[in-house]
Amino acid sequence: MTDMRTPLGKVRGLGSAKDGTSHFWRQRLTAVANVFLISFFVILVIALQGADYASFTEALQNPIISTLLLLVILVGCLHMKLGMQVIIEDYFHSEGLKLLLLMGNIFFASFIALASVVAVLKISFGG
Amino acid sequence: MANADLKANRPLSPHLQIYKPIVTMVMSILHRITGAALYFGTILMAFWLICAAAGPESYQFAMDVFGSFLGRLVLFGFTWALVHHMIGGLRHFIWDMGHGFELSAANWMARATIVGSVALTVILWIIGFIVA
Repeated sequence: MTDMRTPLGKVRGLGSAKDGTSHFWRQRLTAVANVFLISFFVILVIALQGADYASFTEALQNPIISTLLLLVILVGCLHMKLGMQVIIEDYFHSEGLKLLLLMGNIFFASFIALASVVAVLKISFGG
Repeated sequence: MANADLKANRPLSPHLQIYKPIVTMVMSILHRITGAALYFGTILMAFWLICAAAGPESYQFAMDVFGSFLGRLVLFGFTWALVHHMIGGLRHFIWDMGHGFELSAANWMARATIVGSVALTVILWIIGFIVA
């Protein structure tokens, strides 16, 4: 079969969606990071369960804990944004609604990420 | 096909409800459902952190919410969704590496996913109660 793609298009390898394998790559990259980050998060939550306010803030003022918690938030929210995007693209076929949901997905993930980051930073800086 | 009549009464290809559920299919569906549940579950994480950042009283309020029976029930479900989605993700890594596509391997991994996720969730909560 005759290849109708231009040589430049073939070299770029970005396909019709114009972003190549970047969505897949980011999904897997954040997934690998999350195996470690979410394990840390689960251990942290178990360790902090029922903690009083003083010991909770003391834990989050540890720079290693707050840095890892910030990574949990940011990497987790990026991973979930990518995943929900696929769900929306799979199930919503009317262009208008799909576009609205894809935007809403980015707004939701960004809001959760930034609100949580601000909260962690406020506590870790002694808020 | 921008001008296609999408609402026309045309024959549809068979969808989920027509098939007998098999373990690999159910695990695939559960992977997506747990992912979507965790998506909205992050509201709980944000609630927890924002309450803590707002001060001791609101932190105590969040602790009371999560410590209630309903709170614990939701957190138990959250834990299972998290563990299940992670084990499902590890299965995807094995497939990404080009392994585990044989029927026996795929079925074995699917069963291990559900057994592992339930067992690990229970173990984590037992550890939680011991530590508390």
